[in-house]
Amino acid sequence: MKPLSVIVTSVCDVFAWFMIVFGVYVINNGHNTPGGGFQGGAIVATFLSFLLVAYGGRRFLSWVREGLYGFLEFVGLMAFFIFGCVGFPNSFFYNSLAIPEGGAPLSNWIPWSGTISLMNIAVGCEVVGALSLVIVYMYSSIRLVDTGAGMGGERGHDRFDR
Amino acid sequence: MKRTIFVVAVIVLAGLLSGTFEAIHPFGVPSDTAMDDYILQHAPRDRSAQNVVTSMVFDFRGFDTLGEAAVLFTALCSIGALFRDGGKQE
Repeated sequence: MKPLSVIVTSVCDVFAWFMIVFGVYVINNGHNTPGGGFQGGAIVATFLSFLLVAYGGRRFLSWVREGLYGFLEFVGLMAFFIFGCVGFPNSFFYNSLAIPEGGAPLSNWIPWSGTISLMNIAVGCEVVGALSLVIVYMYSSIRLVDTGAGMGGERGHDRFDR
Repeated sequence: MKRTIFVVAVIVLAGLLSGTFEAIHPFGVPSDTAMDDYILQHAPRDRSAQNVVTSMVFDFRGFDTLGEAAVLFTALCSIGALFRDGGKQE
């Protein structure tokens, strides 16, 4: 995939980071507002596809670290399971860290809604890793068709070829 | 003959559908509110969840969400198995 024009890359430079900020906001406020881990993770994962469309495949693949996204996936899934096990004296996924209404906070770093917001963050990590890896894997398999001369070759969006 | 069967089937299906719409209870008025009331009372108080939907997803039906996460993980594994190494042929 060839890069798009300098207008698109400039817009990508300016606005792509706001997608990450907005996605992290949706993940972190999932226990109060609509949204949550799945939705915010999908918003964060659109950042990679934005980079791919704007900057083209070669630079995209030079930026991507697959191990990081695999690690995010692993950490998110394991943390989600562990937070589910936290409530085990009562039941699986019981929110035992939650502070009852009118009760004193257990700790400064435990959120008010207990495991719900922690699970939102865990699921957000998992979805970011999974969807980003899906984009990377599926794009890198397209290259086989794309590099073939003649039929299937890409015409190019632009006169720039970085 | 086929046309007659088709017209009869359409009429019967339309009648059944409109009868179902007549019998359906009005929106927002569930027939049995025991579970709704239980969750609406207990989610903010016991689980300290301001957002009842989120407490439903991650607390009351957390096992369902674990299944969703497993589905995503399985999809990632299968995509990795299919498309990894850039689709090189051996």
